[in-house]
Amino acid sequence: MVFVGLINIHLGSVNIPTKEITNILSGRGSEIESWNYIVLNYRVPKAITAVLVGSGLAISGLLMQTLFRNPLAGPFVLGISSGASLGVAGLILGVSIFSESISSIALSSWSISIASSIGSFVVLLAVLVAARKIKNTMSILIIGLMFGSISGAIINVLSYFSKAEQLQQFVFWSFGSLGNLNWDELTVFGGVLFLGFLLLIPTIKPLNSLLLGENYAKSMGINLKKTRYILLITTSLMTGVITAFSGPIAFIGLAVPHLTKLIFNNSNHKILLPAVAINGAIILLICDAIAQVPTSEHTLPINAITSLFGAPIVIWLLLRKQKKII
Amino acid sequence: MHSKKNTILIADNLSIGYCSKEGINYIAKDLNIHLEKGKLVCLLGKNGVGKSTLLRTLSKTQPKLGGDIYLESENLSQISPLSLAKKMGLVLTEKIPESELTVFELVALGRQPYTNWLGKLSAEDHKKITNAMQQVHISALSEKKNYELSDGQLQKVMIARALAQDTDIIILDEPTAHLDMHHKIKIFKLLQELTRKTNKTILLSSHEVNTVLQVADELWIMTDGSFTSGSVEELLKTDHLETLFSSDQIEFDKELKQFNLKKIRT
Repeated sequence: MVFVGLINIHLGSVNIPTKEITNILSGRGSEIESWNYIVLNYRVPKAITAVLVGSGLAISGLLMQTLFRNPLAGPFVLGISSGASLGVAGLILGVSIFSESISSIALSSWSISIASSIGSFVVLLAVLVAARKIKNTMSILIIGLMFGSISGAIINVLSYFSKAEQLQQFVFWSFGSLGNLNWDELTVFGGVLFLGFLLLIPTIKPLNSLLLGENYAKSMGINLKKTRYILLITTSLMTGVITAFSGPIAFIGLAVPHLTKLIFNNSNHKILLPAVAINGAIILLICDAIAQVPTSEHTLPINAITSLFGAPIVIWLLLRKQKKII
Repeated sequence: MHSKKNTILIADNLSIGYCSKEGINYIAKDLNIHLEKGKLVCLLGKNGVGKSTLLRTLSKTQPKLGGDIYLESENLSQISPLSLAKKMGLVLTEKIPESELTVFELVALGRQPYTNWLGKLSAEDHKKITNAMQQVHISALSEKKNYELSDGQLQKVMIARALAQDTDIIILDEPTAHLDMHHKIKIFKLLQELTRKTNKTILLSSHEVNTVLQVADELWIMTDGSFTSGSVEELLKTDHLETLFSSDQIEFDKELKQFNLKKIRT
């Protein structure tokens, strides 16, 4: 992870030699002031963001997959990311419709993260209610996709009525970006995710018993209601905050837990949780490095790269599952 | 008829069924049940008569609609999930979700009520797990993944998991569904052996009437509107077994202790 992180810091639209970067990172600084600035205030925070976003999304995905007992669950597929987008769209675009004066206050990074957390929580709750009534896992995924569509439609309507600048702000946000955080925001972001990780440690044991289904978990003395609430709150908090700060980033939450399970060949959450977090971080760092398009001046939207990488994995998973049934 | 001394589970005027928006749907009302310690008890009844509902209610998997259940003279509704998990183990009909769990890990999950907050297995836990696997003869499968097993093997693994949970009562809902004759008999013999050797109380529901009549210590017979219990011998003296399937195509042969197709007399 450290290695991939260092490579990630190397890549960017300005070419900085390895030696200089080592100097800057070890505290000696570089002769060229702008390089100093770029590395310390842009590339390092960006790499840290990638680590946080990657591990957070991957963990959310793992939790969803265990909770819904469905290998295809994930924050993006279940519409939770879309819910977060809806929350942000409602804030950025909605505020501009109603009043000019409060928009500057309302659009702080804090209110955006709250709005997106609420959005993701609402969708997650709706999906969970649907999941309790409908046992068929495929239907739940389709319902999740439908929630995504509904959110998309509402966002479209909102965009139609909103001003060009707000619209642009929202569109850029929806591309997904890891590079928009300053050190202050990063502290808040890291703090929230750390809190989420802490909340998860006591759920490792119940998560393992959930591998046998809810009734078995209950018969082994697990407090199902409490576990479900903790999982829902942490997932929506983490997905919400991540989506708020970095935009909707697709497929990391779905694909990374699978890759990890494939590599480690294990279902124990004591091993899986940290493994998934590390893998998520590594993969997002790599995706971000690709998004920089090495040796060019362009930076692609990170969301496009993760989709290009993640969607084939989903297809492959479905194909593999089909084979198992036959 | 029953000696109260040895009962481990009592249901008092128990009503079972489901609550829905349309109202309460009673499946059975005012059941009075005594479950005796150390016995292999089989619950018989037609499809849809409420066997699973009764087992789920007795195991607190689903709420009761009325009456009281006492487990070792403690009211079931007042027992915490954790202490209940130490007294009652379950083997359900539902399929377990996809996972990478090995047989050992799966059986080890049965130790959850006893492990610390991180689920770390102690030396004693390991001993109990190994023991449970030996009792159902699956030690050789220990490192296999759960999806590599046959239905019969998986059922044994689930029974081993309940054994590892180290409870006085084990409740099994149709443990021999999907199994062939050979494996059905094996599972029943295994359960019978367990009650003899470990003094555990085993309650199960089954459609295997003919096999059950040979292995069970006691039968619970559920029909629409009635509930009867007693040892096989006691029930053979009465006509209760005939009422099990109120059909003109099945008859019960008391001498052979078998249900047969009625011969068409021409």
